[in-house]
Amino acid sequence: MIVPTEWVLMLSAVLFAIGVVGVLVRRNIIVIFMAIELMLNAVNLTFVALARSRGAVDGQVVVFFVMTVAAAEAAVGLAIIIASFRNRTTVNADELALLRG
Amino acid sequence: MGAILFLVLAVLTIAAALGVILHPNPVKSALFLIVTLFLLAVVFVLLEAHMIAALQIIVYAGAIMVLFVFVIMLLNLGIDDPDRGRRQVVLRGLAWLGGIVLAVELALLVRGGPAGNTAAAPAGYGGALAVAQSLYTDFLLPFELTSILLLVAVVGAVVLAQKQRRPTIS
Repeated sequence: MIVPTEWVLMLSAVLFAIGVVGVLVRRNIIVIFMAIELMLNAVNLTFVALARSRGAVDGQVVVFFVMTVAAAEAAVGLAIIIASFRNRTTVNADELALLRG
Repeated sequence: MGAILFLVLAVLTIAAALGVILHPNPVKSALFLIVTLFLLAVVFVLLEAHMIAALQIIVYAGAIMVLFVFVIMLLNLGIDDPDRGRRQVVLRGLAWLGGIVLAVELALLVRGGPAGNTAAAPAGYGGALAVAQSLYTDFLLPFELTSILLLVAVVGAVVLAQKQRRPTIS
């Protein structure tokens, strides 16, 4: 059951690019957030593939930390979204342009 | 055998990921993301990261996605607005073009990278024991810092999401 590392890295590259496009084309902040999770997962996949390629578990430990940061990020980010929805009653990124120069 | 399975999984994963960013309904987007995370967990098993695959399902698909779906339900969101005007259509096309260029560039970058370890993994590789041994020795300090990070995140989330108190004039 050997999977070529190169193929896994290419899958990871495609998933990351899909995440970037998602952040750029969607307006709903929550969907943008999901696209960010997609990018984090693409990076996790890279770590796991290279850990397997090197035969060391260090990469998998880093994935553990990335998951922790993603959980913290989701908790704080969704709290921010709820707070901003309460004040502006919208989750449309185009309408939340108060900080635009 | 493993390679064929991986190709099938890769196609399904990319299709589900496209579903996340293309479906206009945020709830369906979240469900597509859960599918993507499950498929990635299977890929992790193929790469013999058993512990990470279990964590992927428990933490990501279980906890984080429940939080997402909960917030979507709480805010009672509708579908995304359609594009208004030609400028937005052009910008969206540019975003897709940039994404495709990024994907091709990254793929070219990793082509001819590390030539895959064809040797079988050592016994117990990627299991809870191996990961924990590394985590609690080499990565002990980052592990402890993680607990502080989670504490700060919990306090921050509670403070941000609580009802706004009326400003007091002293």
